[in-house]
Amino acid sequence: MPLTREEVLRLADIYHIQLSEEEVAQMQTQMSSILEQFQSLSQLDTDGVEPTGHAVSLDTIMRRDVPVPSYPQESILSNAPDKQGEFFQVHTVLED
Amino acid sequence: MEHYDITVHEAQALLESRQISATELTESVLGRINSVEPQVQAYVTLTEDVAREAAAAADQSFSSGNATPLTGVPMQIKDVMSTKGIRTTCSSRMLENFIPLYDATVVERLYARGPVLMGKGNMDEFAMGSSTENSAFHPTHNPWSLDRVPGGSSGGSAAAVAAGECLFALGSDTGGSIRQPAALCGVTGLKPTYGLVSRFGLVAFASSLDQIGPLTKDVEDSAIVLNAIAGHDPRDSTSIPGERPDYTKALTGDIKGMRLGIPKEYFGDGLDPAVDAAVRQGIKTLEDAGAIVEECSLPLTSYALAVYYIIAPSECSTNLSRFDGVKYGFSAGDAATAWETQEKTRARGFGPEVKRRIMLGTYALSAGYYDAYYLKALKVRTLIRQEFEEVFQRFDALITPTTPTTAFRIGEKTNDPVSMYKSDVLTIPVNIAGIPCISVPCGFSEGLPIGMQVMGKALSEETILNIAYTYQQATDWHTKRPTLG
Repeated sequence: MPLTREEVLRLADIYHIQLSEEEVAQMQTQMSSILEQFQSLSQLDTDGVEPTGHAVSLDTIMRRDVPVPSYPQESILSNAPDKQGEFFQVHTVLED
Repeated sequence: MEHYDITVHEAQALLESRQISATELTESVLGRINSVEPQVQAYVTLTEDVAREAAAAADQSFSSGNATPLTGVPMQIKDVMSTKGIRTTCSSRMLENFIPLYDATVVERLYARGPVLMGKGNMDEFAMGSSTENSAFHPTHNPWSLDRVPGGSSGGSAAAVAAGECLFALGSDTGGSIRQPAALCGVTGLKPTYGLVSRFGLVAFASSLDQIGPLTKDVEDSAIVLNAIAGHDPRDSTSIPGERPDYTKALTGDIKGMRLGIPKEYFGDGLDPAVDAAVRQGIKTLEDAGAIVEECSLPLTSYALAVYYIIAPSECSTNLSRFDGVKYGFSAGDAATAWETQEKTRARGFGPEVKRRIMLGTYALSAGYYDAYYLKALKVRTLIRQEFEEVFQRFDALITPTTPTTAFRIGEKTNDPVSMYKSDVLTIPVNIAGIPCISVPCGFSEGLPIGMQVMGKALSEETILNIAYTYQQATDWHTKRPTLG
């Protein structure tokens, strides 16, 4: 069943991405035809099968918590699109 | 033969015996770039100044006797790996002006061995694609036929190696992004075992699948570059601990008695008869070299594509959520609130394929669909992995075609994502299982290269490299170069 316009808009809202009307329409058809390809998986019985998150099973690797010098603030801010003094600058996050 | 057409090991011999200098070799490659880059467009950024400096330093190393097998060798790095002080774009508007603060571990390890960086390789945006047409800047053209794609996502890297615009390149492979372009451009491409090479400094696409590897003119070069980049890295929590062997020592050219499986599912519908014939001829060559060849079956192969296109977009939607227009990268300046900045930044910073995958991943991970899509895909991933493990109890390696067809025309599949995705159908299972695989040129059809894959079990790089090496000892497909300029 094709995705509805509302479903596409809901996903865009979850991800915080704006889509044009044209993109929404395109997502509806293209995502639907891609999702259709995924249906084949439902034929497989996976009851009791453990999921694989990583192909190579490694135990969580820990390192010692030793303080090391970090990058200078100036360097970290050098790629910032908008900054003020020693801070990243953003628009209002909490509205009235 | 021109200097830009030689292999890394040939360069090493010429440099060591002082028949050429690193500066001469670098100038030869720079000249080649000047003459063919306008047609091929394999680079996003050229670093001539860095290259000339590194070449001069390399000549010093030869004089002072501390050269390595890569000293003075011109290379390209796919623009998904961080290079300190050198723009790293992922071929995206989002990172068009991004200057990394540090080198990726692989770059650091290479720099320590003295090669010459010619520039950063063009790619599908954030490594998402199979044709390099998803680059936000320009497509790359296949050096064997300029109206065709070089494959992707490491298309700039494969095209640069084929065209003599570098002697070797580093690419990354999430679902075939090293091997598929290697096959379509007639070069050798290796995807190592997941965890063999550090991913630190590789801009993440799908973290459980991404792996860095070399694109080279032959297998010997693959082993030389792998020696340089493989190693444990405490900065990558998925890096496999322990020492790595000297991969060049594995190239004995002796595969007598080796058991090779031919999984029949890789020779099914949709395989171009010319590709089928070339790969079967390649298998015959390996049999003549003493290998024992037997057909086998991997019945779950056809499910791998769906598993991949659920897992990779899911991981990508999570990884790319870091692009919020605040800390680095593109930012939409005309928004009124922080949320709007984020929404507009992503709307304008990401291209169509990246948006498509983000949306697919968000769908697969969202409430109500998680179990049916994402969790289901992870469970089928277990079954695919087990299927490979079982077959590798009987075989030392598997031989398959790399791609169902030769290079397709630019523009042919851009409006049909499903058909584009299907061009990865033979490369994807390897990433799902995390195993190593190398693609080598095994013939031509109508002037376009064909690739053959050698897959091995986890950490069997020495075995698959030796099989591929033995194949190249008996054939000369890897010595063919396109006519350009």
